[in-house]
Amino acid sequence: MIKSMTLVILIAFACVTSSLCVVAQEDVAQFGRSDAGQSLLIRSTTDIAAFAPLMNAFLKANPEVSLRYEQWGSINLNELSATNCHEGKGVADLVISSAVDLQTKLINDGCAQPYVSSFTSQLPETQNWRNELFGLTYEPAVIIYNRLLLTADQIPRSRFDLIDGLRPLNSRLAGRVATYDIEESGLGYLFAFIDSQQANTFGRLMEAFGRSGAVATCCSAEIIDAVSYGSYLIGYNVLGSYALSRAETDPNIGVLAPADYTLVLSRSAYIPRNATNSALAKRFLDFALSPAGRQALRETRLIVNFSGDDADIDLPGGAAANLRLIPLSPRLLVGLDQHKRRIFLDLWRQNLEAK
Amino acid sequence: MRAPRPPISLTARLAFAGLLIVVVGGLLVTFLAWTYGQRAAQEAFDRLLLGAADQISASIRFSDSELLVDLPTTAFDLLALSRNDRVVYRVARATGETLTGYDQVAFPDALNSQQFYDGEITGEAARFVALPRYFAERDFSGSTITIVGHTRQARNALAWDIMQNAWFILLLAGFGMTALALFAIRSALEPLRRVSHHLLALDPDDLAPIALNVPRELTAFITAFNRFAGRIDRQMQVMQDFIADSAHQLRTPIAALRATTRNAVEDAQNSEVKHELEKIDAQAVRLGHLTDQLLSHALVIHRADAGKLVPLDLRQVAIDSVDIVDVLVPKGQHIRLELPESPLMIDGDTLSLVEAVKNLMSNALNHGEPPFEIEVVKIDNTARLHVRDHGAGVSAAGWRQNARRFSREPGRSGVGGLGLAIVRSVALAHGAQIEVSKGSDAFQVTLVFSLKQDVTGEDPYD
Repeated sequence: MIKSMTLVILIAFACVTSSLCVVAQEDVAQFGRSDAGQSLLIRSTTDIAAFAPLMNAFLKANPEVSLRYEQWGSINLNELSATNCHEGKGVADLVISSAVDLQTKLINDGCAQPYVSSFTSQLPETQNWRNELFGLTYEPAVIIYNRLLLTADQIPRSRFDLIDGLRPLNSRLAGRVATYDIEESGLGYLFAFIDSQQANTFGRLMEAFGRSGAVATCCSAEIIDAVSYGSYLIGYNVLGSYALSRAETDPNIGVLAPADYTLVLSRSAYIPRNATNSALAKRFLDFALSPAGRQALRETRLIVNFSGDDADIDLPGGAAANLRLIPLSPRLLVGLDQHKRRIFLDLWRQNLEAK
Repeated sequence: MRAPRPPISLTARLAFAGLLIVVVGGLLVTFLAWTYGQRAAQEAFDRLLLGAADQISASIRFSDSELLVDLPTTAFDLLALSRNDRVVYRVARATGETLTGYDQVAFPDALNSQQFYDGEITGEAARFVALPRYFAERDFSGSTITIVGHTRQARNALAWDIMQNAWFILLLAGFGMTALALFAIRSALEPLRRVSHHLLALDPDDLAPIALNVPRELTAFITAFNRFAGRIDRQMQVMQDFIADSAHQLRTPIAALRATTRNAVEDAQNSEVKHELEKIDAQAVRLGHLTDQLLSHALVIHRADAGKLVPLDLRQVAIDSVDIVDVLVPKGQHIRLELPESPLMIDGDTLSLVEAVKNLMSNALNHGEPPFEIEVVKIDNTARLHVRDHGAGVSAAGWRQNARRFSREPGRSGVGGLGLAIVRSVALAHGAQIEVSKGSDAFQVTLVFSLKQDVTGEDPYD
């Protein structure tokens, strides 16, 4: 474990210093005019396409600005940000990541600068820690299912349904439920860890997964693809933004928010302490929190609407009280603790590997 | 040389003392509130820190021959109560080898007992607690140290909050105290104010003891004042008696002197000697007149002191006065008397009043021009007695100047100036006002009495 972390750090190091690096960023996009007076560097884990409407809207309001958007893997981005923080150079102006636990640790280590505006102070406490870390999005962890292969009564509306559905020895679901491999996916780990704190359901769910041979796999896209093809019937704890976007074009994919409770992730942003252009970053942050910015995020389902006429998703239980936003707080540090992580992963492995 | 500064007023002294109490008290309370707030915040959050450390320490277990920390979320729930504070923790063997958490967190000085200490988390002031735990397992015997620290934002906020609350109460108390102090100052100084009002309202001639009911602290002052006034009063009395006695004693020799000089004037052969003798005679006449006035003044004052005022008709006073003055009126002149039809009753002493009117009239006769008039009228609740002549008169201020006792000013005062002093004494004794008015062709002195309210006196002429 420690060895592999060191390796990642070394690679990240190499990326900062060498342009030949391939592991570093996954993708880069340049927005705005090349002759623009000011430029803003955003490093994010979000797909460029999902964030493009927000950035285009921002540039429309601020035509004198150009914007470089680097898409990173969450672990790599965290390593880079931590290194930047300690060395104080080569920093982005704004860091946005779905790995809110890692982001929280960076804030806890004093890597961010505070910012207070009318927009940031409107955020609820759970989406604003120390005026340094701000939750921009509202994305539920959902259950997706294959609409062709599952009948309405076979669709699990809650974790209890899922546990019950997995129980029969000859269950159709056996071996065809997929979830993140939490050893590989930071987000999967975060969801699972928070799940384990929410209810006893999680222990039973892990047992059921273990018994029925659920599959742990890598990433959102992979799980969604597999459910669409029918190789898996159900995907558990898939990030709602991706699932809903996909469901729009893919009739095979059904999306539902578990009725017992639904975790909600708020992708978080912070302005690094040594940001080159922090003034512009603040402007971008304010825009992202403004009604226009939120509208742009809604377009790509980064903000999911649970109520009203234009609701994006059904809550079978119906009650908004079952939405549990993962609060930005030092509590998220617990899951990052070396021992805690080891203990949790051991438990996970024991359950999923034991037949 | 500069004039000495007047001493600071009592109000200012008291107010200054009050202000001093409020300011010094305020500073003291601020200081106490701040230290108290800091201590309270320190204790509250130290307990929180200790609670978290305790939970973490309790979660250390020995499994498969290694120490494993199953970090409890509840410990971080506790720490998250100070919402905006950054948190660090470290679980280590006492030997220094970190089990989990932040490597950088420094050990405290002593490792053998629970300990709170101050430090830093990446440049920000922070508070730490270190908690040892001892193990005696088959494979491991030794101790671990659990260190938990957080930044001080919530502590400072709480201390500040406590201080603000204290300040708020202090502000209220300050207002209250100021109001109370003002009230206290006013009520403490009230008797003084009463005494000074009383003294100011006193008649210049009133030397009677002050009979005010004053607080103990002022009785010494009042007693001293009364003693002093009494001494003056007695001296005045002695002097008046002396003057009256002397005047009385002098009357006979003066009468004899006059008779002698009269005879001498008539018998004198030498015109030069005769002229000198006439001068002596004139002076003897003046001397006699003055002696009379001295006596009459003493009489008036005596009667006033006796204080026996009885209901009387002011018209009668006028009539009696004219009767007496009539002999002084030069030939071919007379005094016109104007009286109302019904009686005007006042409280008074006829003898004194007649003496006063007589003196006013003789003053008019000596210095004014005819016709001479005495008029009694009723205006509203006052009875007025005018003595009027048609000479040039003097100004009101000049008249008052002359009315002072033993005035030596020449002019309209009687011989030796005692006449108007008598008028003034009588007016004072009757509580009457003296009004002096000077018109274009008339000069008038008026005595204004308040009418006796309830008694409708019978008209003695009916």
